[in-house]
Amino acid sequence: MHADPKGVLTGVHFLDGDHACCEGTLAAGARFAAGYPITPSTEVVERFAWRIPTVGGLFIQMEDELAASIAIQGAVWGGAKAFTVTSGPGFSLMMEHIGYAAMTETPCVFVNVQRGGPSTGLPTLPAQADMMQARWGSHGDYGIIALCPNSPQECFDLTIQAFNLAEEFRVPVMLMLDECVGHMTEKVVIPEADGINIVPRRFTHKSPEEFRLFEPQADGVPDMVKAGDGYRFHVTGLTHDERGYPNMTVDTQDRMVRRMQTKLAPLAGSRAFFEAEHLEGADVVVVSYGITSRVAQRAIELARQQGVRAGKFRLISAWPFPAAHIAELAARVKAFVVPELNLGQMVNEVERAAAGKAAVIPVTHAGGTVHNPETILKAIVEAAR
Amino acid sequence: MQRMLTEIRIAGFGGQGVILAAAVIGKATAIFESGHATMTQSFGPEARGGSSSAQVILSSEPILYPYITRPDILVVMSQEAYTRFSPELKPGGILITEQELVRVDRFPAGVRAYGVPATRLAEELGRKVVLNIVMVGFYAAVTHLAAPDSLRKAVADSVPPAMQHLNLQAFDKGFAYGSELMIKLSEHDNDSVVATLEVG
Repeated sequence: MHADPKGVLTGVHFLDGDHACCEGTLAAGARFAAGYPITPSTEVVERFAWRIPTVGGLFIQMEDELAASIAIQGAVWGGAKAFTVTSGPGFSLMMEHIGYAAMTETPCVFVNVQRGGPSTGLPTLPAQADMMQARWGSHGDYGIIALCPNSPQECFDLTIQAFNLAEEFRVPVMLMLDECVGHMTEKVVIPEADGINIVPRRFTHKSPEEFRLFEPQADGVPDMVKAGDGYRFHVTGLTHDERGYPNMTVDTQDRMVRRMQTKLAPLAGSRAFFEAEHLEGADVVVVSYGITSRVAQRAIELARQQGVRAGKFRLISAWPFPAAHIAELAARVKAFVVPELNLGQMVNEVERAAAGKAAVIPVTHAGGTVHNPETILKAIVEAAR
Repeated sequence: MQRMLTEIRIAGFGGQGVILAAAVIGKATAIFESGHATMTQSFGPEARGGSSSAQVILSSEPILYPYITRPDILVVMSQEAYTRFSPELKPGGILITEQELVRVDRFPAGVRAYGVPATRLAEELGRKVVLNIVMVGFYAAVTHLAAPDSLRKAVADSVPPAMQHLNLQAFDKGFAYGSELMIKLSEHDNDSVVATLEVG
């Protein structure tokens, strides 16, 4: 299905990442957003509030992030594509409802423009320290998808991808920007509407009598309905059976909760999103994501100029983590170097996947700016020895 | 392959249009020419007022590192911005000042400095608010980093339709002032600083 031309601002623009993300939501078909302003994410919904009256839709500034993160889910069950936008402190407040979206398999998008933390931290400066929170921040076992753009262009492209994946897998998708990418202005090319692929909601073809809201299809993902179409349905955060009614037995818990993770398995393996370069014959592979991947790219180039066989593995989907790919690489490289704007988060996943077959070297940074490429270079050169 | 990379900082008071000036310069290269441009801004926690600063990187290749390290070009519209940022200017770089707002005393060796009374020129057009675009026009004349026509298109593309005419006038005025200055300097084979800045 192609994008609705009404939401597509076709052309060549000079946009920052936040604004490009907003255009991505509109191109993806989002017609509802709820949010509570917080630096450095506000520009996304500020632009949405300005654009949506001409496209047709609704933005509500809610009383807080808890309200915003549940209002979007009401909109989704009413048939809309919806999202919210926040940064660290607001992301913390949204955790309960991220769990609710996972449990109720509500397709929606949470944009987190990461800033330095913990707590109020560095409101106007970048970090990548919410990566584990994105995966594990809500209680219980569940799965989510997290995408990490490294440019305003990708803020546009991956926002559309985020909505498409949310619909395909019926999961909340985390779009993990950082302040640097969010506030960086570059050329953004927005194609014609018929050049943008949109995954529509998987509405059931069954009759109201036959339909069951949480009955998995062949891919492990259940089809949906929307309010007002004549289907009686019940959505609850309680453990529920395929009909959607509370059923708090051990069997149901195991069946439902396991499926919420296993339905995402393809994204950890054959359908993982990553960008790789110079992996053939590499001694050292730099694993990075978001803004850090650009700085790391510079370090990789400098290392290669010095004759070091350095390769690139950029995570585009940080979650599910592409463990199988890292495991395969671990068997044939000396070391992984993992720079990130935190004190060591995704590096733990690399280490887990590498399982001792290759050295794993973190290049940590507490946030507030990006790495000096020389620091990453030094780690690459040392790892290659 | 040799990268052609130019780092630019534009700084002044909040409200002078620092960010828009930077956006125009970036847009000219990224959209109206075939180069790459990355613009970032320094955000303080305060909502408005105070100092404002933007960074633009222009390059023939995709830009990886997002921030400037040492600017090749520094455009300043306030004394505070000049004092704070002039020490970081690269030797051989270019300093561009709003000459009635900035008193130049010292800057790194080998720097070429050019001043323009942008606020006064903008006032002659009836609107002080376009001083930033006068600065961009002047920048176009003294740096030659983008074709004047690309910058002109970027100006038109960056302001509301009702403001286009005024902003293009502002650009032309700054450009004309800069062009005349460059001719004068070449005729006298002069050190730019002496010719353009009232030091003292």
